[in-house]
Amino acid sequence: MTDAPATAAAEIAGPVPLSLPVLELRRVNAAYGPFRALFDVSLSVGEGETVALLGRNGAGKTTVARVASGLVEPTEGEVMVDGNDFTKARAHRYAKAGVVHVPEGRAVFPDFSVEENLTLAFSRTRDRAEVREALGRAFELFPPIAHRRRQIAGTLSGGEQRMLAMARVLVETPRLLIADELSLGLAPIVTDEVYAVLTRIRAAGTALLIVEQHIGHALALCDRAILLDHGAITWQGPSDEAARAVGASLFDTSGDSKS
Amino acid sequence: MTTSVLAAGVLEETIRAFFQGLPIGAGFALVAMSFVLTYKTSGVFNLAFGAQAFISAAAYFELHTRRDWPIWSAVLVAVLLVAPVLGLLLERLIFRHVHAVSAVAKLVISLGLMVALPELFKLAVDYNREQPFGAVGIIPDGTAVYRLFGRYPVTRDEIAAFAIMVAAALALAALFRYSRLGLRIRAVVQSPRMTELNGVNADWVSSGSWMLSSLFAGLAGVLLVPTTSSLGTVLEPRGYFPIVIAALAAAALGRLVSLPAAMFGGLLLGVVTTELRTHLPRDNVILNELRGSALPYVMLFAIIVFWPAIRRQIAGSDPLLGVAPPPPALAAANRSRGMTVYTRIMALAFFTAVGIWTFGYANNFWISRITHSVIFSIIFLSIVVFTGLGGQIALCQVTFAAIGAFTAMQFAQRWDVSVIVGMLAGAAIAAAVGAALSVPVMRLGGIWLAIATLAFALFFHDVLVKYGWVGGSLFHGRGVPRPQLFGVDFSSHKNFLVLCVAVLVVVGVLVILVRESSTGMALRALRGSETAAESIGVVSWRSRVIVFSVSAAIAAIGGGLLAMEEKQVSYEANYDPQIGLFWLVVVVVLGARTVEGGIQAGVAFVIFPVLVLERWLHLDGAWRFVLFGFAAISFARHPEGLLEHGKRRSQAAMQRLFTRRPPVAAAAGAGGAAGPGDEP
Repeated sequence: MTDAPATAAAEIAGPVPLSLPVLELRRVNAAYGPFRALFDVSLSVGEGETVALLGRNGAGKTTVARVASGLVEPTEGEVMVDGNDFTKARAHRYAKAGVVHVPEGRAVFPDFSVEENLTLAFSRTRDRAEVREALGRAFELFPPIAHRRRQIAGTLSGGEQRMLAMARVLVETPRLLIADELSLGLAPIVTDEVYAVLTRIRAAGTALLIVEQHIGHALALCDRAILLDHGAITWQGPSDEAARAVGASLFDTSGDSKS
Repeated sequence: MTTSVLAAGVLEETIRAFFQGLPIGAGFALVAMSFVLTYKTSGVFNLAFGAQAFISAAAYFELHTRRDWPIWSAVLVAVLLVAPVLGLLLERLIFRHVHAVSAVAKLVISLGLMVALPELFKLAVDYNREQPFGAVGIIPDGTAVYRLFGRYPVTRDEIAAFAIMVAAALALAALFRYSRLGLRIRAVVQSPRMTELNGVNADWVSSGSWMLSSLFAGLAGVLLVPTTSSLGTVLEPRGYFPIVIAALAAAALGRLVSLPAAMFGGLLLGVVTTELRTHLPRDNVILNELRGSALPYVMLFAIIVFWPAIRRQIAGSDPLLGVAPPPPALAAANRSRGMTVYTRIMALAFFTAVGIWTFGYANNFWISRITHSVIFSIIFLSIVVFTGLGGQIALCQVTFAAIGAFTAMQFAQRWDVSVIVGMLAGAAIAAAVGAALSVPVMRLGGIWLAIATLAFALFFHDVLVKYGWVGGSLFHGRGVPRPQLFGVDFSSHKNFLVLCVAVLVVVGVLVILVRESSTGMALRALRGSETAAESIGVVSWRSRVIVFSVSAAIAAIGGGLLAMEEKQVSYEANYDPQIGLFWLVVVVVLGARTVEGGIQAGVAFVIFPVLVLERWLHLDGAWRFVLFGFAAISFARHPEGLLEHGKRRSQAAMQRLFTRRPPVAAAAGAGGAAGPGDEP
């Protein structure tokens, strides 16, 4: 990557990519009712690029992920997908354009069985036989949920619900996968497996935007890192330089007070 | 020998009742399944369902019976055009925007629609213009009788109803079990945003499912025309009420989500109804009432209270709810000091002006209207207590008001005791009834509490009122005197108004005391989170029993005063349960959270239709149902009430005007204070 020196404003638009970025946020502001969550956030994820979005609790990482998948409409700024304006587009259009989001937490349909959860995701682009085949692959990827295929998802354990949420997207190779706090609630060994899968789909050409609080895995996987604090980007650059910047920012408790 | 003949006779009767019950049950089942369909596809406990059914049926009636369209074209328009379009409008304009609000708020919206939709339709087509005609069903020659096994009579209408019900059940089962659309419909109910992340346009699915469920409502409405209007009257929404209630009972058997349970529940209730009608002894008054129209209400109440599945219902929550902007904070209901002062100054000015005009210039008509306003303010304070403080919806305040009115009447007429004593006794009785009622229904909460109290109100309306010891004799029991107290005669209009104002002040202070008491605090904690409140030692049932009793007593006092003001108990005009639904809508629309909100609602309820609608705008008084009904939609966004909301805005505007200081930016801590559920 051709990263400029890692300082502030000039850097904010990110590296100049050779082709159009899959996803681009231009000076995005976002809010939940009266609560502003993002301030002039600009970032881009290129074709096949992997980006880690880092920051402490409440820094706005999840909001960036939501804006990037159409769940939250920005109050100002633009969102581009493959060079097309998606600012006003709703989430299903992002999904159809190949920008796939695994939300944080137990993002499953609680009243559906495991199989129904997956069928809903798979049946948009597949016929019956292909859905069956995709189900088979999902259960191969995540054996713990395979023998619970008829169980109601709301009654699965937290870790199993995470696996189900990921199985939904990991059987295919989307253009861009936005994954929010993948490791949350997973046993370390399962986290390792999940990252192994991510490495595989990265090899298959999927771009990744990984939101993480636990940075070890994320930095190992990603080319580039973006650091958020108080709803604004404070640093971005290559992953191997990130540890130092992250260390300075994340572990510096002197600036911890939230204004 | 004779016993075996008798036994054969009983068996014969039982079988006959069975075959009579099945088609009735088919009607229940069809409505119950549509209820389940609506609930499954929209997540809304749609009380307006009966209104939707009525509109299609009335459209059919209007076209076929009044305008002589052939049956097929009338059905085509009423069921395949009117019903889906209505569903689409409801979804587009209302329910799409309130997906994230609480079940209780959705219930209020559907109550508003239930009040507004039939009236709007009637006004739109000038429905009440002619003398009644008998409505006929959609089956040609539907009253033709066939004999099953050569002996059990069934009509062609009944056979058709049964066949269509079975076909509808199979179609729905196939939709949900096998089709992609069925899966998507169910997904959108749980979480539209999650569905969108799967690449499905949730809005389209949602529109489609509302059209489908509305189609079913319309189909049920049209099919049931012969059952609801057999007396040759104009088709009225009221005719659908008992069927909707029975269907609710059937749907409740399956916790509103199971189609097979709704279907078999409906059939079962139909058969049980006719069997009971056949076999219950005829010499017992109570059982005789049970044989009549009361049965659905009793069944509904019993099922809600005793059916274990209801308690097991877990409200599934949308995993992506945190994406929505946070709902207005409860703290917003606590006013600023400036707001209180502002309100009091305005109120003082207003009441002084009205007082001077009333006692100096007003004629008896207006004094009577103003007295009514004051009395309804008192009654509505009972809703302020229960809904505003308690955060729950009860639909039987009208019953408590009736208890107060009847007790005052009975004391005065039977024992010649002062009506004031009668009124207070009425309050005590209502409080006791409220406490007794609250024990089984309180732990239900939410929509089930509302439905159980509605069932109780209807039971009172259909059964208890008819007893001499409750309602007196409705047609002779007039003559409730105005009171005399401490040597003062309150029989003149103005004196009685003074008495009512005094009672209003006392009750208002009482409400404020309850609000500030530990019970009030417990209620506030409970409406935030029951689990959290109980974990810090709040005893939920105790606070709720108290608040229910207090609320019942207040309603009864108001009911007693109303009887004195009108010098009689006008039961049908004032205490009908359907009017009670409208009361609730008016109060929550205008402001259920404050004492003055209740008073404003009382004034609006009485004065608005007379002054604004009829005198100024020259409109039909029925417009009030339409206006307030649709205004109930605002409850989702402004639970504090429209007037309170308006006042806050006007006060904020005044502040800006006078201080010229920019309002404090709400960007508290930027990302740090982002929405709930933003990050763990």
